[in-house]
Amino acid sequence: MTVAKPTLEIPRSPLHRLPGGSQVIVAAFLLAGCVFLAIGSARSALFAQETVSGLASGGIYASLAVALVLIYRATEVVNFSQGAIATFTTYVAWQLMQWGISYWPAFVLTLALAFVGGIALERVAIRPVERASQLTVVIVSIGLLIAIEGAVGWIWSSQIRFMPSAFPIHPIHLGGVSFSLEDVGTIGVTIGAVVLLWAFFRFTKIGLAMRASATHPDAARLVGVRVSWMLALGWGFAAVLGAVSGMLAAASPSVLLQPSMMDGVLIYAFAAAVLGGLESPAGAVVGGLAIGVTLNLLASYVGFVTPQLLLPAAFVLMLGILLIKPSGLFGRPKVRKV
Amino acid sequence: MNALLELEGVGARYGPVTALRGVDLTVEEGEVVAVLGANGAGKTTLLRAISSSVRRSGGIRFAGRELGRRSPEGTARLGIAHVPEGRGTFVDLTVAENLRLGAYTRRGSMRDDLARVHSYFPWLRDRARQQAGTLSGGEQQMLALARALMQRPRLYLLDEPSLGLAPLLVAEIFRIVEELNRREGATVLVAEQNANAALRAADRAYVLEVGHVVLSGTSDDLARDEAVRRSYLGY
Repeated sequence: MTVAKPTLEIPRSPLHRLPGGSQVIVAAFLLAGCVFLAIGSARSALFAQETVSGLASGGIYASLAVALVLIYRATEVVNFSQGAIATFTTYVAWQLMQWGISYWPAFVLTLALAFVGGIALERVAIRPVERASQLTVVIVSIGLLIAIEGAVGWIWSSQIRFMPSAFPIHPIHLGGVSFSLEDVGTIGVTIGAVVLLWAFFRFTKIGLAMRASATHPDAARLVGVRVSWMLALGWGFAAVLGAVSGMLAAASPSVLLQPSMMDGVLIYAFAAAVLGGLESPAGAVVGGLAIGVTLNLLASYVGFVTPQLLLPAAFVLMLGILLIKPSGLFGRPKVRKV
Repeated sequence: MNALLELEGVGARYGPVTALRGVDLTVEEGEVVAVLGANGAGKTTLLRAISSSVRRSGGIRFAGRELGRRSPEGTARLGIAHVPEGRGTFVDLTVAENLRLGAYTRRGSMRDDLARVHSYFPWLRDRARQQAGTLSGGEQQMLALARALMQRPRLYLLDEPSLGLAPLLVAEIFRIVEELNRREGATVLVAEQNANAALRAADRAYVLEVGHVVLSGTSDDLARDEAVRRSYLGY
């Protein structure tokens, strides 16, 4: 006689982990992009060089984009002040170095200050409008953008400064190709920061509580999670990523240290976040790298694309994504109940 | 002796709509108490008032302490596990992560708690890495209950655990509630439309109509009551 099967044994569908149709297309699309870059890099030293420096700028966009996604996931609000916060923390780093602290200690100290500052900013400026409509929060974030940029100009003047680079200028040679060590270092630091953050969310209890609070705040409260503080922590982490992005961007000769230095980067980061789907940190990283490489290759290979055209190109890209696939590469389509 | 949970003249309103008025209710330690009533009778609001998820008037004492103006998370930390209507499962987290969140407010190893949870829900063991959103409705309800177990609460608030489930699963869930009560002396306040299933598991019950208690007594008495039988038991 066979033992009666427990009534609740519902067979696990082998399909539940298989990606859906659109994910297959996205994966194929990304794979094709990687193959294109690999073949191009193998055939041309210049192409390889431009790819790497595109990835470096992409890393800068990616960390700011992840900062945007962190806050968007929790509040469904795009934080327009993210770039200004990054600028402010970069000036802090510069000031620390002016006081004689060497690069890496100043870097780490700045990240710590950014974390505390991000939390404080949330408590002071966002907490009072926590229950207000999203539009209110957006307006507050635009207000912060103006106030912080103003504060930067007021404290440090709007004179252009030179931010030292963490990495030596001399290139490294690999095969017949020479890469700038700064590009390679920038890629390393941004990827490192994002991986650390991912590990925090994936493996720690607070990270888990933050993820739960972002998607199901009410249920999270019922298990004792202090949801409002999780939001503040999110602002802290976003400020840290912004600081990473700002410090690396300011070292680049095309950006330099000035109060409006992150305005352009913020646009690219928006485009990256939108491309990635706004809700997905992994999407923001892929989006950032893709936009960095695409724009860099466009500028060096397509004749009429001058550096002045790159910002409009990012806008066109953003518009295109929003028209064709508003949920981006990794986002889930949202059903809105009316 | 003081009851674990004492409600005195509890009321709640959503804007101009009164959802609850003058509710007196007690739950003793180790009791299973059911709150019966039709849709819109105020069962969900009652549980939400107890877990501080909704603004309320009147007094609630839990374990000898006035709840006052506590936040929902503060109330949860006192030892009240509220499994909301519609389960409140974290659908985009894995089963294991849902359980870990149950133990969020406690320090130390969860091994004993997991073993305890798996003794009630053995099938959860193999599903640890599965995304909770891919579970069936009944499984999600059980996961929500399992997560409440991880909280090791002094009081379980279960909001309509039978909602949308097949009769077999409803019976299974109430069997687990009874087992929890028998094995651990768990105290449970369960809101249910399914009066049959609830009265079988509960020691006592309250009947809610348009926001206040119209009847209360032991489950046996209520099950024999003419009015209850006609309105809620269907015979």
